[in-house]
Amino acid sequence: MPPQPQPPQPPTAGSKVVLTLTVNGEAAEVAFEPHKTLLEVLREDLALTGTKHGCELGECGACAVLVDGKPVLSCLMLALECGGASVTTVEGLARGAQLDPLQDAFADLGAAQCGYCTPGILVTARALLDQHPAPTRPQIEEALAGNLCRCTGYLSIYQAVEQAARKAR
Amino acid sequence: MRAPSFRWHAATSLADAARALAAGGPRALLLGGGTDVVPAIKRRQYVPELLISLRQVAELGRLEPHGASLRIGAGVRLGALAADDRLGVGHTALRRAAGVVASPHIRNVATLGGNLCLDTRCNYYNQSLEWRRAVDYCMKAPAGVALAAPAGGTCWVAPGSPRCWAVSQTDCAPALIALGASVTLVSAEGQRTLPLADLYRDDGMTWLTRRPDELLAWVDVPAAARSTYWKLRRRGSFDFPVLGVAAAVELAGDVVTAARVVLGAVASHPVVVPTESLLGRPLGDDAIAAFAELATRLAKPLDNTDYQLGWRKRVTRAYVVGALRELRGDDPALLGVLARRQAALIPA
Ligand SMILES: Cc1cc2nc3c(=O)[nH]c(=O)nc-3n(C[C@H](O)[C@H](O)[C@H](O)COP(=O)(O)OP(=O)(O)OC[C@H]3O[C@@H](n4cnc5c(N)ncnc54)[C@H](O)[C@@H]3O)c2cc1C
Ligand code: FES
Ligand code: FES
Repeated sequence: MPPQPQPPQPPTAGSKVVLTLTVNGEAAEVAFEPHKTLLEVLREDLALTGTKHGCELGECGACAVLVDGKPVLSCLMLALECGGASVTTVEGLARGAQLDPLQDAFADLGAAQCGYCTPGILVTARALLDQHPAPTRPQIEEALAGNLCRCTGYLSIYQAVEQAARKAR
Repeated sequence: MRAPSFRWHAATSLADAARALAAGGPRALLLGGGTDVVPAIKRRQYVPELLISLRQVAELGRLEPHGASLRIGAGVRLGALAADDRLGVGHTALRRAAGVVASPHIRNVATLGGNLCLDTRCNYYNQSLEWRRAVDYCMKAPAGVALAAPAGGTCWVAPGSPRCWAVSQTDCAPALIALGASVTLVSAEGQRTLPLADLYRDDGMTWLTRRPDELLAWVDVPAAARSTYWKLRRRGSFDFPVLGVAAAVELAGDVVTAARVVLGAVASHPVVVPTESLLGRPLGDDAIAAFAELATRLAKPLDNTDYQLGWRKRVTRAYVVGALRELRGDDPALLGVLARRQAALIPA
């Protein structure tokens, strides 16, 4: 077999790799150890600690972020897989001092108690409303089926999503 | 829990991935969506030397008609698959199965290829390194964590057994086997196509007939007149199947002319149930009951998943009956409490 051209691989800086991705609308160049997950890079190398460390095994949804607009679990995604991607975390929802309507509704209705699940739920609900501005209750339940909450019993969360959807119309 | 260090190769084409896999040797591991690989490497179920990412391989993301079948690339994401309009009524079992894997977030990333190659699972295996060390490891995950386990060790589910009884818990494999799918494996040497059922081995340690240098490239999925997938799990989201029943039938009038029924999560491989007894007659209550009896005998669950063992065996019968009654056209509302767990069956 003739020698093949090498595909582009991430450049390295010492033991770290350097990737460019868009985080909350801004281009970010970040150097990190190649075994790190997106969750670890967001929290440890980009100081975005809004996204929470829960089970780290895909079983709770606390680490949910949007990658190219879709909710994913950042604990299961190697950061190396995110080169060129656009990542939205809970820090990216507000516009300056103006909270996202979802954040207002969660505060109004007590949809966050301990708050540990809240960042993951907010970004997941944001993706839902971007796709379905007037979701039905079953659509909300299905969209949030990958986010566990041990405090609220979910009802206030569903109501807050509905309120945010109404206010946005 | 941190992943171990590894070398990284982002494959750019199918040929490049196959070449990297062949060159990488036994400690190279393919990364589809990584939703099974990442937890597994965090727990040191394996410690790959090289990870080969398939994310940028455009050929694996295709979904297109191929003759009378649908050709679905191994890189197609399960969430997109379940929502794809090119899957018609003829592919109901697959649409249902893909739509109930794990949780919505995971389905946004998980690939069909990863689902079909999913490692077998067991209460003694899917645990942290510390947990496994505390029970002195099992045969599938011995102390010297590696990709291919050496022979020996104890199966903690059946300590007298010479083999590993870890369970095949992929949702899509039973559905696709019921639809009569075939799978194409590609290596640097060439490619081969086999019936999907033949990809699996009844062995918790070496659960695939895939050679280490082969990667799953696509599946060809014929349509079936009627098909379904019933999944049992404790919660309606997140959980792996504790039982999956996939069934597909062709009818001439009300007479069954072809049938395939496959059980998931009751053995180390998807269990294909012989359907001769269903052929040449209508799906009457007696025929269904006799068939469900046979299927239940073939289901060999052990005490290594969620739920109590005896009940898991009994519920197999009820699920097979329910799935076949659905296929003969019974009103879902009359199928009882187990049917109500099949979210897709009962519209909200
Ligand atoms: C909380 C949780 C719940 C889950 N629930 C379910 C469930 O209900 N049902 C279910 O079926 N699964 C479930 N899973 C497992 C997993 O998410 C899915 O099976 C998923 O489809 C795996 O696909 P992937 O692309 O992420 O695979 P990966 O993790 O990338 O790979 C899985 C395996 O397949 C191999 N592989 C990947 N692509 C190829 C290829 N093209 N050729 C050859 N080998 C390949 C990998 O090397 C690895 O051995 C769950 C996982 C988690 C974390
Ligand atoms: S921390 Fe990612 S799902 Fe729990
Ligand atoms: S508010 Fe505490 S887990 Fe949801």
